[in-house]
Formats: sequence, structure tokens, C-alpha cells
Amino acid sequence: MKSLMIGNMAIARGAYEAGVTVATAYPGTPSTEIVENISRFEGVYAEWSPNEKVALEVGFGASLGGARTLVAMKHVGVNVAADPLYTLSYTGVNGGLVLVSADDPGMHSSQNEQDNRGYGRFAKLLVIEPSDSQEALDFTREAFELSEKYDTPVMLRVTTRLCHSQSLVQPGERLNRPLKEYKKNEAKYVMLPGFARLRHVEVEKRMASLREYVEESPLNRIEWGDRSIGIITSGIAYQYVKEVMPEVSVLKLGTVNPLPEKLIRSFADQVKKLYVVEELEPVIEEQLKAWGIEVTGKSVLPRIGEYSPELLEELLLGVPAPSGYQLGESIPARPPLLCPGCPHRGVFYVLKRKRLTVTGDIGCYTLGALKPLGAMDTTLCMGASIGTALGMEKARGPKSARKTVAVIGDSTFVHSGITPLIDTVYNRGNTTVMILDNGTTAMTGHQDHPATGRTITEEETARLDLEALVRAIGVKRVRKVDPLRIGELEKALDEELSQDGPSVILACRPCALIDKSPKPSLYIDEDKCKGCKICIKLGCTGVYWVQEDRKARINPDLCQGCGLCIEVCKFDAVLERGAN
Amino acid sequence: MAADTTNILIVGVGGQGTLLASRVLAQAAVAQGHDVKVSEIHGMAQRGGSVVSQVRYGPKIFSPIIKRGDADVIMAFEKLEAARYLPFLKKGGLMVINTDRIDPLPVMSGEVGYPERLEEKIAQVVPKTITLDATGIAAGCGTSRAANIVLVGLVGRALGFPLDLLEEAVRALVPKKVVDINIKALNAGWNYMDNNLISMVRD
Repeated sequence: MKSLMIGNMAIARGAYEAGVTVATAYPGTPSTEIVENISRFEGVYAEWSPNEKVALEVGFGASLGGARTLVAMKHVGVNVAADPLYTLSYTGVNGGLVLVSADDPGMHSSQNEQDNRGYGRFAKLLVIEPSDSQEALDFTREAFELSEKYDTPVMLRVTTRLCHSQSLVQPGERLNRPLKEYKKNEAKYVMLPGFARLRHVEVEKRMASLREYVEESPLNRIEWGDRSIGIITSGIAYQYVKEVMPEVSVLKLGTVNPLPEKLIRSFADQVKKLYVVEELEPVIEEQLKAWGIEVTGKSVLPRIGEYSPELLEELLLGVPAPSGYQLGESIPARPPLLCPGCPHRGVFYVLKRKRLTVTGDIGCYTLGALKPLGAMDTTLCMGASIGTALGMEKARGPKSARKTVAVIGDSTFVHSGITPLIDTVYNRGNTTVMILDNGTTAMTGHQDHPATGRTITEEETARLDLEALVRAIGVKRVRKVDPLRIGELEKALDEELSQDGPSVILACRPCALIDKSPKPSLYIDEDKCKGCKICIKLGCTGVYWVQEDRKARINPDLCQGCGLCIEVCKFDAVLERGAN
Repeated sequence: MAADTTNILIVGVGGQGTLLASRVLAQAAVAQGHDVKVSEIHGMAQRGGSVVSQVRYGPKIFSPIIKRGDADVIMAFEKLEAARYLPFLKKGGLMVINTDRIDPLPVMSGEVGYPERLEEKIAQVVPKTITLDATGIAAGCGTSRAANIVLVGLVGRALGFPLDLLEEAVRALVPKKVVDINIKALNAGWNYMDNNLISMVRD
């Protein structure tokens, strides 16, 4: 029976049906639910790897070991995994290996909107792109066949709208597939220059065979309609094309690298006006132009942001977007913000008050950059906070380190914060690093990681001791604080910033969304509240401002009882219910 | 856009349960034999930001997202979000507003005021507007957190879904511990949609 599945669940199901026995990932929106779902199937080993590079290397080993293997990550995760990826293209595979790249046009939850189809051309991979959940399942299954047949890692490229949209899927049976034999083959798997030169020849031969394959691939199809307009498209954009222009002719590409040149030429010859509709970069369009095919694409459609049916209607059909009902009133924005009770709030409150330069990182705490906390100077990529702080110090002198703090989450620190901390110690930096340890990978929905001591299937395992790790790296000054105790936090920062040499402050408190410990119920004594708004400046939805009374109040439905407002209130106006 | 397609936009604040509401309605639409697509929001916006889920069903659905001016129904879990997404409502469409007020940051901090009498102003421009305290109704059923299911009951009836299909979808999708409360909430929403309201909606 058909059932609704988000694209990510369909990919997981497709991998399971293809006989996958190993799956690895580092969580990242919009890819997280893929391996999360795979981990729930019987007979599959799944893991949260510390980062995407490790995930792909484990995937490589599993493939050599004969298993069909899926590795999933968000688009920027592929940058982290790029080193093994380029050379994996040379070694090829044993068991089928599929890398899912989940791109994020529109940057719903990302720091850039790079188009990872580019990796396909650069690393010489077969790249396939589904358009709905059924195709996500079918293409994933097919990807494993193709990976083994052409001895190549296959990239399954998806986007947020596919990952997080549900559509109907007909599941199938799991393929009963014996583990492939592992045979030592140093000429294929040891990429010394002498061997790699020979493998490069194989890569080019493989691309030639793939170019032949894509001409006949069932993943590409032409839907003939009115031939005055022909549209070449793929992925979710195909759905938008069908929605607004059901009558035109469409060449729907499932293989986006390499492109089927003959099929495209033949389609182009049979339509009067040819368009390419692709989100982000003109990857298809530029190749067509290089082949001398006349085509319209980015001259009318944007290369920035996500597409939508109304965007195509407006730009391709000249139909202006309907204005709909209007209220004629400006509606205040509602930006995302730290949850009530979030332990990060105390940290950013103090950092702001101390007017420090804060190099930040990727996670929920990046929201500390937004008003009213607004205490972050930089966010570049996973793990960048510590290296950035060291670089600032090297440019501006050791004194600047006394005004600079690097802030990084526990999961992000394990992902890629360890090596820059080694750099800081090795090259005599003075950076103060705060590891915001909330005991989970929070932003992506609370995944475990090495320092939580639990695996993806919530089994107990060795717990990475962050304090011992940091000491082993050579940081002499290491201390733990509670991020919701302002005084403690300020004292720790003052002391560490005034010292020479690197320091690490571990700010430990569980994420408010997973902390089940009992919390007091708080209220504001209206006689004591002087309306100074210091609690409002914490940016917590648990406390709000009443303009008529010029006083703050606590919203008992939202307040988590963390007590940070008790800490900051100078008039002792925030009280615990039931306490005297 | 095919006339036989139904588009439901579910808007609210991250954490209010818009995802579950969209999944229940989608499940009921599947049970009726429709083609269905749902677009969800995961990730950063879920942290207290403005969130939107979209449900589309009919004989054949392509896009998972709804165009401006094309939603048959907007289910708003919060007043400000109703106003924000108003331009997505089709002329003659149904606006359902839960009277919850959750102040966004610029209001909390006193930077700007929360717009006054929003539900009245919306009702002035949208003839088919239903305003209710779904959160209060849900609290009466056992938990204010079931406000989403109250709204599902109401909208489900407005769209002509049989109650048993909706109940089945709720049973399949909510955690076992809270099934009873949610079935109660669903029925409360269903009953809120009385004959007067039904004739208004179907007018």
C-alpha cells in the first residue's frame, strides 16, 4: 500500500530495499532524517560520525568491505568530505556507495546555498536527482546498481523541498544481497602517484561509459506536449514546471551529471523555444551553451534562492503574482530565537555585557548573533570559531586575545574544533575558548555524538571526555561553569581572559528541550518590578513586556524556570512560586 | 491550478505543532484516495520562528508548495501569523484563527507594539473568517498542547472529511499516551464547526 513519506524517509527506505548494510552521516538540515530513519531498520549498521569526512571514509571502508553503503550529509558537509570524495572517484567502489548531498536553496537552515551538482562535474561522479518521494526511493535503489556497474560513487543530489516534502510512495521488498568479497588490490585502492595516474585513465573511461549510459537511462524522460515551448528541468523544479505549464514539452533529467547530450540535442531540435529551469547555478544551461544549443535560462530566472510555482508563472509566463487579501498593516517579523530556558542565553548575555569580540560557530547558539543578545562577530563554517580567534590574535597582537572569545558547541567542537585548538596551543595562542556543552546536537533535532556517550540507536558507548581531551591537547587552564549562573560565568571569563596562554571554559548544562529535571515555577512581583527591562533584554519568550503597566511579566506556559531572569534582576522581583 | 485541488496552509510559531496538524490532514486525504503532497519546515525556523506547513490534495498534485492567493484554507495557530500569511488566501477562501497571542521578539522587547484587534481586521477583509480560542478548548480537553488537533477537527469538517477518517489519522500519528485527549480535542473542534458555520463556509 502506498503511504506518505518525506523525501528523506523515502531515501532511507530505498537504501534499505537496495540491501544497504552500512550507513553513516553527520547530522545537518536538510539531510538529518535520512540516516536517522535508516538506523531504525533491522540489519543495517548506522552511525553518527564525528564529521562528514569521517562519515565518507567509513563509507569507503564499508564499500571496500563489500557492503552497499549510504553516506548522507548536507551540502556544506560535502565540503568537509571533499578530500576523500575526489580520490574516491579514482579508487571506485566494491559494494555500491551512494553519497546523498542535501542542498538548501533559499538557505532555510544553512550558511550558504552552494549548488553541489558542481561537485559532480569537478569530481567526475554520476549525479542523479529525484523529483518526489517515490523517485527518491526508486533512484536510491537504482543508484546502488549503477555504482557497482560503473565502479563509481554515485551522488544523489536532493534539496530541502524534496527532503522535507511528503508524497505517496509504494515501498518494495529488501534485496537479499550477499556481502561482496574483499580482494586486496593496491593498484586500485592505494592512491600513490604511480597508481593514481593509471586510475585517472579509468576515471575518464568511466565517464565515457556513463555518457553513453545516460542517453538511454530510464531516469531521463521526455513528456511531449505543445512543442512551441520545450523545458529541460530536474529535481523539485520539475514539479513547479508541471504545475504552472502542464501543456508544454518537458525533458525531465534524472541524471544531471553527465548530461545526455544526444537526447538534449534531439529534444532541442524538436521544440521552437528552449528553456532550462534549474534552481541555483546554470549547471545544465552552460553545458548546453558550450554545445552551441540556443537556450534561455538564467537571463530570465534567478540564480539566487528557491524557485516556486508563482516565480515561474511570473517570469516565464508574464503572469504577475496575485496580490491576495491585504491588511494594509505592517506585521512585525518573527525571527527564530533561543528557546526559553536555553543555557546559551546566559553566555551571550555575559559576552554582550563585556563587549567582547566573539568568534562564533554553527549551531543553535549562532542565534546569539541576533538581537537583543547580538553577541557574535563571525560565523563561517563548522569549527571555524577557534581558528578565527587565533588568526585575529596573530593579526592584532596578543593583547587582542584578552578581548576575544571563541564560542563553539559540543557537537561542533568534536566535528572540527579539535584541530584548531591544537593549532592554538602549538602556535602559542592566547585564545579563550568556550565550549557550550548542552549534551546534544540540538539544532538538527537532538542527535547524539561522541561526547554524549550514546550511539545513534541510543545504546551506551564510551563517552568522549571533553575536559580530558582538552587537557591532553595541552591546554593548561580548563574549567567548568554553569552557563545560567551569571556571576560564575563572569568570574571565569575575567580570569581566563587576563591570563596568558590558551584557556577553555566548558559551559555545561543540558539543552532546555531535553532537560527533564524539575524546575521552579516563576513569577514577577509587580510591586518590586521597576520596569528596567533588564530581563526583557535576555530575549526570552518566557518573559514579556506589558506596555500599559511598564512592567515585565512571566508567561507560565513558556517559562522553563531556568532562573536566568532571577540572576539579572537587580530588584529581586522574580520569585519562585511556593518559596518564601 | 486545477480547480479540483485543495490547498491548506498551516501557519504558526515553531513548537506549536503545525507539523502534526498537517500530517493528520494529509493522512485523512490519503485515506480518501487523493494524491497528496505536504511541505514541512525543519531546522532553524523551528526555534520560535514563523513556520508554515502546506498540504495539497486532489487527483494529481505536482508542486508541494502553494502559490500566493491560492490557499483554500489558512489554519492560523497564532493571530500575527494569520495576518502575515493572509495574502496566500484565495478570494473566497476560509481563514481560521486561533486567538493565541505569542509575541515575537520586536514586540517582546517593546520595539514595536503587537498589532491591535488583528482578528477583527482580518474578518473585515475576509468574509469567511472563523476565530476561536482553540488553545482554551484544548485545555478543556486535557492539554493546551492539543490546540492543533482542535483546529484539525474544525477544518476537517469544513473540508468535508468524515470524522472517523480524521480520528483514524489522529490515532495513527499521535503518541499512544495522548490519543484519548487528542480524540477529545478533535471532536471539540469538529463540534465547534456547527451548522451556522458550515453554511457560512460552503456559501
